[in-house]
Amino acid sequence: MGSVTRIVLQRLGLGLLTLFIVSIVIFTAVNMLPGDFAEAILGQGATPQAVAAIRHDLGLDQPPVSRYLEWLADAVRGDLGTSFAQANFASFVGSDAGAGMASVADTLVPRFRNTMFLAGVTAAIAVPVSLIIGVLAALYRNSVFDKVANMATLTSISSPEFFLAYILILFLAVLNPWLPSLSNIYDGMGFGERLEKTMLPALTLTLVVTAHMMRMTRAAIINLLASPYIEMARLKGLSPMRVIVRHALPNALAPIINVVALNLAYLITGVVVVEVVFVYPGIGQLFVDSVKIRDIPVVQACCLIFASAYILLNLLADILSILSNPRLRHPK
Amino acid sequence: MNDNAPLLKIRDLRIEGRSDETWLPIVNGIDLDLHRGEVLGLIGESGAGKSTVGLAAMGFTRDGCRISGGSVVFDGQDLVSASADAKRALLGKRIAYVAQSAAASFNPAHKIIDQHTEAPVTHDVMDKAESQADAMELYAKLRLPNPDEIGFRYPHQVSGGQLQRAMTAMAMSCRPDLIVFDEPTTALDVTTQIEVLAAIRRIVDEFDTAAIYITHDLAVVAQMADRIKVLLKGDEVETADTRTMLAHPTEDYTKSLWAVRSFARPVKPAVAEGSVPLVSVRGITAAYGKVDVLRDVSFDMHTGRTVAVVGESGSGKSTVARCITGLLPPRSGMVEFDGTPLPADYRKRTKDQLRQIQMIYQMADTALNPKTRIGDIIGRPVEFYMGLKGRAKRARVNDLLNQIELDPDQYYHRLPSELSGGQKQRVGIARALAAEPRFIICDEVTSALDQLVAEGILKLLARLQDELGLTYMFITHDLATVKAIADEVVVMKDGKVVEQGGKAEMFRPPHHPYTDLLLSSVPEMDPDWLTDLLAERGADNLGDAAIDKM
Amino acid sequence: MIVVYIIVGVVALIAAGWVFRAAGRATGRPAFRDMDLSTAFGYALGAVVVVWGIYAFFFVEAAVFFRWAVQGIIGFAIAAWIFRFIGRHVGPDSVRRQFRAMPLTASFGILTILIYAIVAIFAGVLAPHGQAEVFANVNVLPGGDPALGGDPAFPLGTDQIGRDLLSRLIYGAQNTVGIAFATTVLAFLLGGTLGFLAATVGGWLDNLLSRMVDVLMAIPSLIFALLLMTIASAWAGSEKWLLTVYMVVIIAVIDSTRVYRLARAVGSSIVVMDYIEAAKLRGEGMGYLIFREILPNATAPLLAEFGLRFCFVFLTIASLSFLGVGIQPPLADWGTMVRDLSQFINFAAFSPLTAALPLMAAGAIALLTVAVNFVVDWMLHRSSGLKG
Repeated sequence: MGSVTRIVLQRLGLGLLTLFIVSIVIFTAVNMLPGDFAEAILGQGATPQAVAAIRHDLGLDQPPVSRYLEWLADAVRGDLGTSFAQANFASFVGSDAGAGMASVADTLVPRFRNTMFLAGVTAAIAVPVSLIIGVLAALYRNSVFDKVANMATLTSISSPEFFLAYILILFLAVLNPWLPSLSNIYDGMGFGERLEKTMLPALTLTLVVTAHMMRMTRAAIINLLASPYIEMARLKGLSPMRVIVRHALPNALAPIINVVALNLAYLITGVVVVEVVFVYPGIGQLFVDSVKIRDIPVVQACCLIFASAYILLNLLADILSILSNPRLRHPK
Repeated sequence: MNDNAPLLKIRDLRIEGRSDETWLPIVNGIDLDLHRGEVLGLIGESGAGKSTVGLAAMGFTRDGCRISGGSVVFDGQDLVSASADAKRALLGKRIAYVAQSAAASFNPAHKIIDQHTEAPVTHDVMDKAESQADAMELYAKLRLPNPDEIGFRYPHQVSGGQLQRAMTAMAMSCRPDLIVFDEPTTALDVTTQIEVLAAIRRIVDEFDTAAIYITHDLAVVAQMADRIKVLLKGDEVETADTRTMLAHPTEDYTKSLWAVRSFARPVKPAVAEGSVPLVSVRGITAAYGKVDVLRDVSFDMHTGRTVAVVGESGSGKSTVARCITGLLPPRSGMVEFDGTPLPADYRKRTKDQLRQIQMIYQMADTALNPKTRIGDIIGRPVEFYMGLKGRAKRARVNDLLNQIELDPDQYYHRLPSELSGGQKQRVGIARALAAEPRFIICDEVTSALDQLVAEGILKLLARLQDELGLTYMFITHDLATVKAIADEVVVMKDGKVVEQGGKAEMFRPPHHPYTDLLLSSVPEMDPDWLTDLLAERGADNLGDAAIDKM
Repeated sequence: MIVVYIIVGVVALIAAGWVFRAAGRATGRPAFRDMDLSTAFGYALGAVVVVWGIYAFFFVEAAVFFRWAVQGIIGFAIAAWIFRFIGRHVGPDSVRRQFRAMPLTASFGILTILIYAIVAIFAGVLAPHGQAEVFANVNVLPGGDPALGGDPAFPLGTDQIGRDLLSRLIYGAQNTVGIAFATTVLAFLLGGTLGFLAATVGGWLDNLLSRMVDVLMAIPSLIFALLLMTIASAWAGSEKWLLTVYMVVIIAVIDSTRVYRLARAVGSSIVVMDYIEAAKLRGEGMGYLIFREILPNATAPLLAEFGLRFCFVFLTIASLSFLGVGIQPPLADWGTMVRDLSQFINFAAFSPLTAALPLMAAGAIALLTVAVNFVVDWMLHRSSGLKG
């Protein structure tokens, strides 16, 4: 057991290190902006005094390393800084530059919750469906079913998310008004209504993720079914069901867990475009809006959240597949 | 039930395999009879269809294959037309299978004994507890260490030879009428092979089980089979009683297979006292990372002679070659060439030093660039070392192709994939010759080839040595090859030289105990060899056990 | 209620499958004897779907889009079949041999890629108007029928500021595909060179490059691209074309990490081959090793990867454009078109053709990536088949 613990701890350490380096990369990238935040906030007509004041408020007069450390320390505590969009608004109405600014964290939290809800609904549909189809396609490989599934998933993977989204809107919202095409979600709405509003974006994401997951599941199972111990099990006269459940499944666990985790990680990217199409008030839409108006603290915070989730899911996949390997669980 | 009817009766069995969109024949009408308690040896070279026939005897075909005609009647029931359920009822219970690689055929996720009890429980032969007790008994019979405990380990915790015996025990779990052994010892070292052979023999004798024993090794089949059937490209060549077959093969193909074993070169006179060796390995110690793989290895190789370096897997024999070529600079010690020390790293050697030492590889497939034409493969060293270009280069390549007995007009423009295994190996030889070296390292050059083809390669190498005065270092694990071609022998074990000397002395007692074990473990064509050996050594003094006692 | 329908439906299908199998068994064919019930269920389900499709195609008036889709698929299939037929009987022997074992999907893919290439190269000739040409007729409806608000000069109508949509669609091929292609080439030059270098040289260089790539790959690529585009847009200022150049570079760099991984993996699997060892021991230099021994053996996997990478880059660029930070006006491009025209989809019930406009642009993207994927799938299948 000792060696497994050591490997897992190693991976965890490596994951944290990656996260740390990624935060440096994000911070550095943002600091490559021409001019600085203060000018960006106030626009070009700003007086030098105002610029200096904001610069001091935001700590921009500090050297980069100490600014980075401060930003990181704040981020770890959950303080992601102040949104420029709010700041702009504040300066527009003429109030004091520091006072009316809403914190990034305040903007992010409800949206993050919405995005997690969307991802959760998607995963709840996509994971079981794709695993079942994947296993079936592997069992009935080279059949008509397998070929149709192969073509359909290849098409789905190849299509941009917005294409799938508009197709779904066309059929499920416009031609047959079954589901709302816009997801105006607000706090305090009931679960059922929220689910209904989330359905179309979730279905769109499901199409994309299911295709990936199903293909990877199929490949993993087929790879497994070709192994000599499966042939041996069949030559023992075991029923096909028993061959699958007892001999294939325990070994398929690692690849399947890996597939699921990798695709949940993929969801994180997919969420951006889909949220924009459906005007879903999630973190992805916020990210794109902030990119357009160059609201740097928000962009930075969103990036950090996306990257962390992505790294953590990949790490999870890695660790789970180590744990499910019998060679590592039962060392010599 | 009629006791005289064969247990297994195969008639006109035809099997096809899918290639692209068409079906090509693999087995073209094989007949086979097997009586209760009889062991039939199926032998043939690669592509003979022997494994396919073995599996078809169980009513099974691999993916991409299909039975296209004929019948497989097991105890009165035709398996070709039987339903899937009917076949399942027989498999594991009355017909069992022992695969080539036990390490791959045991499920890594379950304990060995749980896999053992699976068939008896599924087929309602025993309950789980009975089957477990029975498994331990079988393990004890097969002389597995700690029979009461070993089954509760996972497959990767047990060594290859032991796993192969556990798989034989697993095949016996329902006391089947028929076992199909598919090359069960091919992946093992000779000393381990003995244990498995002895185990199989013991089981088959004790339970009077009928068996089909598939192998490419004539000497092994001579020990195991009552009758032998020779296959060639999906057709039967001949079938006969083992002793008759060994003594008087009727078909030319069988005769040629037998003759391979008798190839031997005339013995060369001893090296003159005081002559300078061409290559001298002086006290080499080498390591991969922190693990020492060679410890103080020294031996000499004289001009015009063949030195065979023998050892089992992991003995460090290929590492010696890497030290000589300079791919792995040794930690201490050095290599002298013609009396002058060579730089340890190949990158520090001169072009001429590199030219003098050439190498021929085991796997011709990976030794030739698949995208380069034969003429260019051989032409490159000609151009690189000799500076020949254009017509002169072409003429030299043609010479070399003639030397390795390939027609230049036909082969110059071919790609390696358009050649057979033996032809590829010949191209590898020509590429080495093109550098006009004095010393060639042959790394297991014949072990991936069928016996007839291997013999051709050995003869070619012998002829080239006589014509060109070449010196060979011949790395091999196969003592038959050593007997055929070596002048001197170096025996290695665990990174050390155990014994060295002229071939005649090496094959004559007294030996170092390890050499003795190695030599006596090589199966001979005598059907009584295994019986005699077991009697002589005592059943508990085989393979690993014997090594441990040293 | 819906759950009850589904359960009843499934039970009915199982029954139908059982009857089908029983009927089959009566004929005595072995295929039916070993058929399990789930397979029979599958056949029954398939039959129901086909019947329902035929019914919808011929008898449901409102299923315009479904009819278009079916007609499109059948049309493409026929075109692909004819293309393969021609390929099998015309041209040199080597080409014909390729076509002989080709599945319909692959020939469809090749045909589509060829058509896209032709449209992209000859966009200037094929398009009736310029891509940025603005006409007085704003918001002309598609269809070219003046009675319905169309104009024969603008078969697909015009947009809000009076640009011809057909021309923009055609120029979109040139811009979107062309830029994606250039980006992919750049990514391959960068990632491929570094990957092979890492594989052959090994040691600290390999370690350094691989760790850098690990970090870059730890950030989801679309997110990273959006972050860098924010910064790039600040650098570019009002120079729109400069932003497009930045985008090419940014996506190429992000994508080159994936190429690096593959090139390094392919390279290192070749480097351990005995023929490389033989060449090294001969004393060959690095140039000979890379260009004569390694590259010729790496082309097949790299070519397949090029197809996949192209799809990925193409989709990323389309997504960025769709989000408004990709290819900048006045260049016509499909991602931007989808965003600009997306509201038309709500007119589906009254004017299907208008609603189809955003789908056409999005479909143009999807069609090309599907085509490339089909071809790559076939190539991979073929090369794995040859190995076995």
